[in-house]
Amino acid sequence: MKTTRRTLLGGIGAGIGAGVVSLGLPGLVRAQNASAHVVVVGGGFGGATAARYLRRYSPDLKITLIEPSETFVTCPFSNLYLGGLRSWDSITHSYAAHRGAGIEVIHASAEQIDGAARKVTLSDGTALEYDRLVLSPGIDIRWGALEGYDEPAAELAPHAWKAGPQTQLLKSQLEAMADGGTFVMSITDGAFRCPPGPYERASMVAHYLKTNKPKSKILLLDSKETFSKQGLFKQGWEALYGDMIEWISADNDGKVAKVDASALSVETAFGVTHKADVLNVVPPQKAGWIADRAGVTNETGWVPVKGNTFESVQVPGIYVVGDATIAAPMPKSGFCANAQGKVAAAAIIADLAGAEPAPASFVNTCYSLVGPEWGISVAGVYYFDGEKLAEREGSGGVSPIEADAAFRQAEAVYGAGWYASISADTWGTV
Amino acid sequence: MPPFTMRLPVRAFLATFAFALPATAYADATVSEAQILAGPCASCHGPGGQSPGAIPSIAGLPEADLIAALTAFRDNPPAGTTVMTRHMKGYDDAQIAALAKFFAEAEQ
Repeated sequence: MKTTRRTLLGGIGAGIGAGVVSLGLPGLVRAQNASAHVVVVGGGFGGATAARYLRRYSPDLKITLIEPSETFVTCPFSNLYLGGLRSWDSITHSYAAHRGAGIEVIHASAEQIDGAARKVTLSDGTALEYDRLVLSPGIDIRWGALEGYDEPAAELAPHAWKAGPQTQLLKSQLEAMADGGTFVMSITDGAFRCPPGPYERASMVAHYLKTNKPKSKILLLDSKETFSKQGLFKQGWEALYGDMIEWISADNDGKVAKVDASALSVETAFGVTHKADVLNVVPPQKAGWIADRAGVTNETGWVPVKGNTFESVQVPGIYVVGDATIAAPMPKSGFCANAQGKVAAAAIIADLAGAEPAPASFVNTCYSLVGPEWGISVAGVYYFDGEKLAEREGSGGVSPIEADAAFRQAEAVYGAGWYASISADTWGTV
Repeated sequence: MPPFTMRLPVRAFLATFAFALPATAYADATVSEAQILAGPCASCHGPGGQSPGAIPSIAGLPEADLIAALTAFRDNPPAGTTVMTRHMKGYDDAQIAALAKFFAEAEQ
């Protein structure tokens, strides 16, 4: 099939090059797209967006979205759920709009991807052939990379770094904690999903505790020496929560070396033990496991991609988007995954037509909520410079440290506006 | 034949004769540079520039107003500007013009 189309298109190109029947091209390209099948694996910010933009760009393309869950709960704004500012329903999205747009949605898990045969095998035994594949696998936890932190441990000391039952477990533990208790968070270093996420979580837990259990404490044990939007977070914490939040950096023995989940305690690199009432571990991470089976990960556990298309550098025909990719200087964020999904969709449309895609362009904006009326942001504009992904010079950066209360309030409002818009863009739901 | 050598004639054709094709037909063949530039705007301003939330919709605004506003965010931001300055510093005049045209023509 693929060879036939390419041969046909080569013939068209040759004919056009000779100046023959130029108006025949659009119809033939449409026929190309109509016979092509794009399978999207993963219904989060990257995959759900790619599926919808493939449809937007090509009304006739056959598109199948594979996602195990019937609904998707977002990590963005799950900290607001922990803080009591958002309902579970408000961060849960369905695939009704995908189905309404003529995208076939299959709720199964992709178990194998054969990039040479261009075939995906699902958990229900179905095998799907594809012409192009979008893979948006998200992250998985590197179980055991932090001593003592395995899957059973996460049932006692949740990571809550994939939104779902883990998030609800952490919330129920916070609700069960006595006033005067200590919430301890261990924070990994290296590449991880949502760089400001741990610090927004600390903020939202502080909001919950200040409102409900004001004698409680928050201890952040960090494996890093600095963190995202650090000055802005610390300013907001001091203003809103006084000394409730204590952050200990790696150079002050903040790096956790060992977790004892049954004792709800952690031991630092220098052997100091901290006891928690609620223990949250943001652990070492890697690309979602299906990326390994597709053969697109490298020795880092993440996925190298071509910056202009997000096609895998290792397996042709597989476009990988979102947190699983190595896309620095873009962060691992839902906003970036959404932007990458659109670029991959455009690249696939071009590739199916035998053309080169127009230049890629990306933006990131990460809002974090420090308090209900205190929002902060970091932004960046990115492009492919011919060799690698790069940030547009002079663009981006964080909210000004000297901004007034009205500015912080505006960014809290805009953060909620962002969530409504990106949800509408990604799932067709608000 | 390897695919890359076959792509060249089509690519050259599209670059040279794109003006001769109906706009919708061209959009079927490839996604335009303006569409790709405008892609990330939707994440805050809503799909196609129609916002369901607190961030302003930008679909269907007059092209000249959009050029003026986007350029001002970059070069001389009005009081109360939050993140738009940090965004627009990443776009040149030609890109701003392309974005303005795209959203001016977008369905309201």
